[in-house]
Amino acid sequence: MRHLLSIADLSKAEAISILDTATELARVSDGAVKKLPTLRGRTIVNLFAEDSTRTRISFEAAAKRLSADVINFSAKGSSLSKGESLKDTAMTLQAMGADAVVIRHSASGAAQRLADNQWMSGSVVNAGDGTHEHPSQALLDAFTIRKHLGMGGADLSGLNVAIVGDVLHSRVARSNVLLLSLLGAKVSLVAPPTLLPLGIESWPAEVSYDFDAVIPHVDVVMMLRVQQERMTDLFFPNAREYSRYFGLNAERMASMKPGAIVMHPGPMNRGLEISAEVADSARSVITEQVTNGVSVRMAILYVLLAGGALEAGSN
Amino acid sequence: MSNVDFLIKNVSLPDGKVADIGITDGVISSIGKDSKDQATNSIDGSGFVALPGLVDLHTHLREPGREDAETVLSGSRAGVKGGFTAVSAMANTSPVADTAGVVEQVYRLGQEAGLLDVFPIGAVTQGLKGEALSEIGAMADSVARVRVFSDDGNCVSDPLVMRRALEYIKKFDGVIAQHAQDPRMTVGSQMNEGEISARLGLKGWPAVAEEAIIARDVLLADHVKSRLHICHLTTAGGVEIIRWAKARGINVTAEVTPHHLLLTDDLASSYDPVYKVNPPLRTEADVIALREALADGTIDIVATDHAPHPTEAKECEWQEAAFGMLGLETALSIVQKTMVDTGLISWQQVAERMSYAPARIGRYEQQGQPLVEGSAANIVVMNPTQMWTVDRDLVLSKSSNTPYHGQQLPGVIMHTFFKGKHVLNNGVVAQNGAK
Repeated sequence: MRHLLSIADLSKAEAISILDTATELARVSDGAVKKLPTLRGRTIVNLFAEDSTRTRISFEAAAKRLSADVINFSAKGSSLSKGESLKDTAMTLQAMGADAVVIRHSASGAAQRLADNQWMSGSVVNAGDGTHEHPSQALLDAFTIRKHLGMGGADLSGLNVAIVGDVLHSRVARSNVLLLSLLGAKVSLVAPPTLLPLGIESWPAEVSYDFDAVIPHVDVVMMLRVQQERMTDLFFPNAREYSRYFGLNAERMASMKPGAIVMHPGPMNRGLEISAEVADSARSVITEQVTNGVSVRMAILYVLLAGGALEAGSN
Repeated sequence: MSNVDFLIKNVSLPDGKVADIGITDGVISSIGKDSKDQATNSIDGSGFVALPGLVDLHTHLREPGREDAETVLSGSRAGVKGGFTAVSAMANTSPVADTAGVVEQVYRLGQEAGLLDVFPIGAVTQGLKGEALSEIGAMADSVARVRVFSDDGNCVSDPLVMRRALEYIKKFDGVIAQHAQDPRMTVGSQMNEGEISARLGLKGWPAVAEEAIIARDVLLADHVKSRLHICHLTTAGGVEIIRWAKARGINVTAEVTPHHLLLTDDLASSYDPVYKVNPPLRTEADVIALREALADGTIDIVATDHAPHPTEAKECEWQEAAFGMLGLETALSIVQKTMVDTGLISWQQVAERMSYAPARIGRYEQQGQPLVEGSAANIVVMNPTQMWTVDRDLVLSKSSNTPYHGQQLPGVIMHTFFKGKHVLNNGVVAQNGAK
């Protein structure tokens, strides 16, 4: 594996090996000394051409725990905000000797463009490209689900997952549909018809407009953020109506199966797609997703740069 | 037996008959078997096909304003290389071709290049803004004799503006060439809306945004009894509407580009913007419908929508990239590959769809004439049995945004004659102004 651009590029075995590596690395993170020397002397660039706090910090922590040198390159104040092209940025990073570039970009396909052209030779990790994919988020979500509900299995077979909200514009949803179904889970997408992409019939997922009909049958409810700009672009009449049909509140949560969990990739709009009671409830694993994010991103960098999975028990 | 300036020997005519073609003073002076004519210059056309010089109704030459992408001269050279003896310069230049001054400038640049006829297209509305009519009469009466009016790049989306434009051009025997794209339905659109766009997370450009405008405009053309031409038709649904309109006797013509006859939206999976074009590449089912419609005459012509862009406009993220691809130098090869070699149309029908019909729609004199004695000597001679490999570094266009780089295509264009001038000789373009 040289790049991580899309979940579609992963085999089931590769996906499971990343999750297993993350499990091993999580043990390290739990120890007194959190650092591994694995990537000492390697340079990882966080190229964040779009605002992001949690993903950038998560990748930064992951790289540092593997002893890599980390360079943060953010849109604001960098040459990216001065109209430099992706090509020139890539060639600059190449000239600086970056071993891997973690890229967040508002354009779908930006990570693939970086990887496919001869602009740079390092590994490319897609940390979210437009409305396309966010593979590290899906991997950390799968990791979190497996940890809670996997019953010791390597994959997620037998589990039912509902992904609820703005599927149309969600890179988290696209990566999760691919990964969760690859791992054997049954995925249901719940959204107003306006926020589902045309052509969704070919996705390995079921589609429903009725949250109440779906919620009692699933083991995981994954809520998606509703962006502010959707409010004014005719996708639904108003925020209250959206909440009424597609928000997760305490009342809806009450119909969930025992042991079922609530997830959210953050940042949350409390009171819109998720109520405060739900976000802070015992079912919520939202802050744990953040913790797991570091281990999973360590695993991704480990697999790409150290050339293979970490065997269980090794250190 | 007489003396001619040039003799093309033993060449296949569009109907398959083999003949010698004599050219004298810019006119086909003789045509027939075993000519006894004496010529100073001659070529052996054995195994080659002669077609009337191709006429493109949809060409972006970028001059004035974007001479870094193309000029009238470089576009003329690309045209000649592709077998064209006439191209139509789209109005979306900078400044926009919405006045007599701009169309006369483009016309004059074409004359100076001297390689083919450059017929300027006039904008329908001032600045292509879709609000106020441009100087339609002044452009029609100028030396450029504009008959085709188009806001191409933009749609004349306001129905009242479209109605008025369709009515007004009747005075000049003009035609409105509509870029059918509902602007509200395509804000920020990047590619065909469907299964592929859903997967790639690229904003969809729905077929209905094209079809709704076509449907409205054929009804408007019927209502005011004017002449409408639909640019770059891309959808099976659009084909059905045109078929219906023609059956009703509505005066509408339609064009398809070579790329929409071959390429499909799954090419966007590479996120390589060389495949980004407006209207977008559609599905396999659309491609099949377009080929059938071109074969049965529902679609009248092939037009290139040759759209050169500088490297930096394509060497970037998909959503940042410009729309458009080169077309002039590959058009005939793509038509051979998709339509002739598949048995859908004959060379005679190629002549109709790439020469006679576009010249009729544009009212282009001295163009689109059959290869008979007395016609202007606008002739292309090509070898249909030879393959060639497209190389973006070798195109004559100033830009290199061809989607066919590295592909093997059938049909090598050997010679182009423009009003008797041998402007393409064995694949080499003459210097401008040369005999």
